[in-house]
Formats: sequence, C-alpha cells, structure tokens
Amino acid sequence: MVETKTHAPGAHPAMPAPLATSGVIKWAKDNLFSSPLNVAITFVVAYLLFKIIPPLLDWFIFDAVVDATSRNECEEKGDGACWAVIKVRFSQFIYGFYPENLRWRVNLAFILLIVALVPVLFDNVPHRTKALIFSALYPIIAFFLLWGGLGLEPVESAKFGGFMLTVTIGVAGIVLSLPLGILLALGRQSTMPLIHWICVIFIEAMRGVPLITLLFIASTLLNYFLPPGTNFDLLLRVIIMVTLFASAYMAEVIRGGLAAIPKGQYEAADAMGLKYWQATRLIVMPQALKISIPGIVNTFIGLYKDTTLVLIIGLLDPLGLGQSVLADSKWQALSDEIYVFIAVGFFLSCFAMSRYSLYLEKKLHTGH
Amino acid sequence: MAENASAVNIPANGFQLSSLWLDQKYRSITLQVIAAVLLLSFIGMIVNNTVKNLEILGIDPGYDFLGDPSSYDISQHLIEYNSTSPHWKAGVVGLLNTLLVSLFGIVTATIIGFLVGVFRLSKNWLVSRISYVYIEITRNVPLLLQILLWYGITVHSLPKPKQALEPASNFFLSNRGLFMPKPVFESAMWLVVAAFIVAVVAAIWYAKRAHKLQDETGKISPVLTVGASLILGLPLLAFFVSGMPVSFDIPELKGFNYKGGMAIKPEFMALWFALSMYTGAFIAEIVRAGIVSISHGQTEASYSLGIKPSWTMRLVVLPQALRVIIPPLISQYLNITKNSSLAIAVGYMDVVATIGGITLNQTGRALECMSIVLTTYLLISLGISAVMNWYNKRVALVER
Repeated sequence: MVETKTHAPGAHPAMPAPLATSGVIKWAKDNLFSSPLNVAITFVVAYLLFKIIPPLLDWFIFDAVVDATSRNECEEKGDGACWAVIKVRFSQFIYGFYPENLRWRVNLAFILLIVALVPVLFDNVPHRTKALIFSALYPIIAFFLLWGGLGLEPVESAKFGGFMLTVTIGVAGIVLSLPLGILLALGRQSTMPLIHWICVIFIEAMRGVPLITLLFIASTLLNYFLPPGTNFDLLLRVIIMVTLFASAYMAEVIRGGLAAIPKGQYEAADAMGLKYWQATRLIVMPQALKISIPGIVNTFIGLYKDTTLVLIIGLLDPLGLGQSVLADSKWQALSDEIYVFIAVGFFLSCFAMSRYSLYLEKKLHTGH
Repeated sequence: MAENASAVNIPANGFQLSSLWLDQKYRSITLQVIAAVLLLSFIGMIVNNTVKNLEILGIDPGYDFLGDPSSYDISQHLIEYNSTSPHWKAGVVGLLNTLLVSLFGIVTATIIGFLVGVFRLSKNWLVSRISYVYIEITRNVPLLLQILLWYGITVHSLPKPKQALEPASNFFLSNRGLFMPKPVFESAMWLVVAAFIVAVVAAIWYAKRAHKLQDETGKISPVLTVGASLILGLPLLAFFVSGMPVSFDIPELKGFNYKGGMAIKPEFMALWFALSMYTGAFIAEIVRAGIVSISHGQTEASYSLGIKPSWTMRLVVLPQALRVIIPPLISQYLNITKNSSLAIAVGYMDVVATIGGITLNQTGRALECMSIVLTTYLLISLGISAVMNWYNKRVALVER
C-alpha cells in the first residue's frame, strides 16, 4: 500500500523540477536537439569532429617526437610532429642571437615591462600615480637594458631576434605612436585649415598603403632622405616607420574617442575660462583616452601581429628565424611544426590582449 | 566696453606685434604660417638630401627605365608577357595579379564571413562554438604566418604530381598546384551569351512589372523563381540547342608536371586561402554585430503584422543590418587588397614583388619604383573609400 501524504493548502514543499527540464538533459535538448534540423546538424558536426580531431591530436601529441637531433631521427621515432626542432632552437626563438651571457637583461626588461603595464591596465592598483611615473620612465630604462650603454655592454640590434624582437618593435611602436596619434587626432579636429589638411593627408596616406611598402621605404629609401653619409640602424629605421604607420591608426581611434565626448564638456571647459591646451589636458583628453583604450589595445594587437612583416626586409623575428631553421639541412621541410609553434605563441598573447580589451569594453560600458 | 579696451592698453581695432600671438584672430594665422614654414623646410631638406645622395650615387632620376626590357619571368601573367617585355609591363602584370587575388579573396572571404557570422548566432551549441573557435584562432594569428603555413602545407604535404589527388574527375591537386580542365569555346558560344543577356533583360522587365502590379492590385508575383529560372534556364537551353559548343583542354601528366588545362599555382592557392580565412573571420564578427544590432522589437513587430519569417529576414532585418554591416565590410575589402602585398613572402608576383621587388633590385631605382607602388595603392584605397562615402550618403538615415 502506498502511503499518501497530505499537506495543508499552501504548505506543499517545492518539488524538484522534472528531469527533462533541468540539468544536462535540458541543456542538450535546448542547445543540440531543439529541432529535427538541429539534430541532423549536431550529428553531422559531431561526426566531422570525430574524423578530424583524433588524427590532429595524434600528430600534435601522441605520435610527436620531442627528443631528437635531426629530422631523420624524428621520422624514425614516430610519424607525428617533430617538436625536437623547437626544443633544440627554443632559446633562439625567444632571444634571437642576443649574447647568451647578457640575456638576463632581456628577461629583466620583460619583467619590468609587466610591472610597468599593471598600473596602466588596471586602475585599482595601490599607489597608482607613483607607479605610473615608473611606467612613463620604462621606455628609457628598457632602451638602455636592451641596447646597452650607461656602463652596460652595448649590443648591436642585428643580434636582436625572436619573440624579443617582436615585443621590442611592438612596444616601441605603440609607446611612440600614442603621443603622435593624439597630436594628429587633435590636428584633424583643428579649425585651422592648413593644420587640418596636413593631418588628414598624413593619416589617409599612411592608412592607404600596406605596411610592407613602408618597410621597403625604411630599408631602401630612408637613406636617400638623410644627409649623405648618415647610416643608422635598420631596426631603428623600422621602428620609425612602424611608429608613423601605427600613429595614423591611433589618430583615428582617438578621434573616435574625441567624437564621443558630449559637446557640453567643451563648452563647460570654455565657460570655466580654460585655454585650449588646459581644456584638452584636463577635461577632454582624460575622457577621450579612457573611451579609446579598447581601440588602442586593438591597434596594438594589429601592430604586434604586423611585426612579423619585418621578415621580408631581413630582420630575424620568430618567422624569420623559422625560415633560417628551415634552411638548415638537419631540419629541412619541418615548416608545419615551426609555423604552428610560432602561431601558438602569437595566439596566446593576442588572445589574452583581446580578452583584456573586451573586459575593458564591458567595464567602460556603464549602461544607458 | 571702450574703457575696458583702453584698460588693457590695446587701441581699439589697433594692431601690435604682440597681438600676432595674443589675439585669437591672428594667432591661428601665425600658427599656420609657422607650420607651413616648418613643413616646407622639412620637405626642402628631404629633397635637398635626396638630390645630393642621387648625385653621389650617379643616378639620374626619371622614369625612362620603365621602357627597358625587364629580363625576368613571371610565372602567372594574365596578359602577354615574357622576359623581353618592358618593366612597365611587368608592373601591369603585377597589378593585375594583385587585383586578381584581391577579387578572389573578397568573394570567398565574404561568403565565409556571412556563413560563419550566421553560424556564430546559431541555436546549435556545437555550430556556434566551432565558429567561435575558428574566429578566435584565425584573428589572433598573424596573416603572414598563415600564408606561410598554408604554403608550407601545399608544398610539403601534398603529393607529387605523379601521385596527384583527383578530387573531381580531371582535377589534379598536387604540390605543383591545382590543375583543371580549361574550357575552350567554339564560335556558337555567342548564342549562349546572347541568351544570357536576353534573360537578364527579361528578368528585370518582369520584376518591374511585378512591382507595378503589386502597387496597383496588391497581388504578389513569384519574382525570384521566375527571374532565377529565366537567367539559368535560357542560357542552358541555348547551350544545348546550339549543340554544346564547348570542349575542354584536359591537363595531362608529362614528365614531372602537368601540361595543358588551367592551373592554380601553390603561391596563389596559399595566398588566396589565407586571405579568405583571415578576413572571413573579421567579416564574420562584422556580420554578427550587424545582425545583433537590430533590436528584437523589429522582428516582433514584423511578425505581429503577419509577415512570414523568411520575409521578415529579407525585408525587415537584413536591410537594416546591412546599413551597419556594409561600411566596415568595405574597409575589410580594402584590407584584403593591402594585405595581398604579403604575396612577396611566398613569391607570388604582385605589384610589390615586381616593381617594388625585382625591378627595384635590378635597376636600383628605389625612389621611382617605390613611388609607383605607393601611388598604386593610394589610388586603389581612394577608389574604395569613394565607394564607401557614396554608399554612406545613400543609406544615411534621414533624421527628423
């Protein structure tokens, strides 16, 4: 006999939801099997994944060879990826040909970079204003650490390479292009026709040509423009061109930020009797820059990815090093492994940055 | 007021040297004159340096060298070209190659982008996740790296011509590229072309009539079905009636490579593939943002008016979404064109690789060659932004 329980009206305890409307089953029903078409799609996609993923995993991990001294040895040991080439050349992919006994300077510069970035990226850091002074000084410190000088042994920039070169060009480009971009954006908004047009022409010309042509100019033409006999470092020439290129994009990002500021802010600044530069420095720019930070981060991601182009004019970024490794008879034709490794390196850093920019966009989107 | 003016000791309407800086009226002029002087002296300095440098090197600037024979070969040329052709012709071949790969890339990237953008919004979790993974991976890896990766895969991982894959009959995929039959048209082909033109004209006429009919009586005619069957059917009919005036030149394995037919070279394949995949991911995000930006109320309003779902998409959501999608889409097209310059990394001969690469190295005319390349790209981007401005003006919302 089943025991029945009675409850007073309104006193019935809440029952758990039926199985089919909660938990995994509900989720699968809603997201995978909501209609006949969806069922079909799910099965087709699952089948394709089943066909594609195991062989890829085999290649990447299970059949891969990590310890070997040449490609032939790799092939004897397994038919997956030959990660040995990465293991053998790993430090070169990071530091290029930077002298081994001085690599601590690169490491130190990188750690300091992170220290300098924290107060810029997050605004709830203690002693932020003091920390920002360090951030502002960082480029100078990094320059002496990497190139030497001030008692440190100098290192030629031809020895720079690998991901270190990528980060150097990227950070230098962004740090230098930010002030230039601000000036260009302000100039483009100027009521003085000459200033306005100079800025417009510069910005549009830079945005209209591929970076690679500017790098060609850096490597072939820039020497023509300088007084006869001057010949300076290719890396510096590249950084100059990258800066000019990035500043045009930066200017457009900041112009967007300026346009987003209500007119009342400008008028209020005028009503307070502030002069142009005071108003810009105290009222307009702080707000405009704050709005533009996601755009600035995106510009940086683009610039960081574009640094791979320096390979074409012969600098040894990770891709350039990869090609020199491919030319080594011991490791020939391992292009898949090398490119996949570099791609993972870029993906991790770019994905992290784009996540940060998304987080920032959400934080700045204070709702309407 | 007059007292105030005398109090700061400026004669009314008077001019002093200091008012060049202190008076707003004159200050902007002063600033612009300073800017002009700085700019002109900067340009002057560069021109002066360049002239001096060219004198030292003994180069006589000028574009005469463009008429000299180029003495290098270009494997993919859309117009007649060989190593005795002049440099300018090499440049034209390069420009055509740039435009060709850009056009192909634009078409495939748009298709990929729209598909993935819609998949990203799919209710099916697997589909939307896979689209997300695809978008994030391709967007966050440098394009140059992707081009080299695909080139490496084509050259190292595809079989040799002797063991070529045959994905479809008489299509051969090997590490020398994709070889396929080349259609050879006979003279009766003009009939098919004529039928096609007639069909298009008829379809337009029918659409106009249907529109008028709908305005007058409210009756809706099957424009899409009739139009499509006209445009497809009439040329097909003409094709069969005239006795199929097409033969195919089928590629054949001779020695180490295929001869005859049409070929897509590995360089072109890698570049095209990478450009489409990379830009496709950006376009997918644009499409997604565009569709999401249309408020749900629009769809609901349309349903409550009794408009069926497929028409709601076509007549209510898409026209509004396209207004958001098209401007960034066009700038992605510009990006494809600019990014096609990475061709040089895999040896695809575009305008940078011909004029800016081999011609520059052979003749040493850096100034002239780079100026040609830069002008070419500037003209292309000016053209594309002109299209964009025209479109923006056309679709600008008429506000109250």
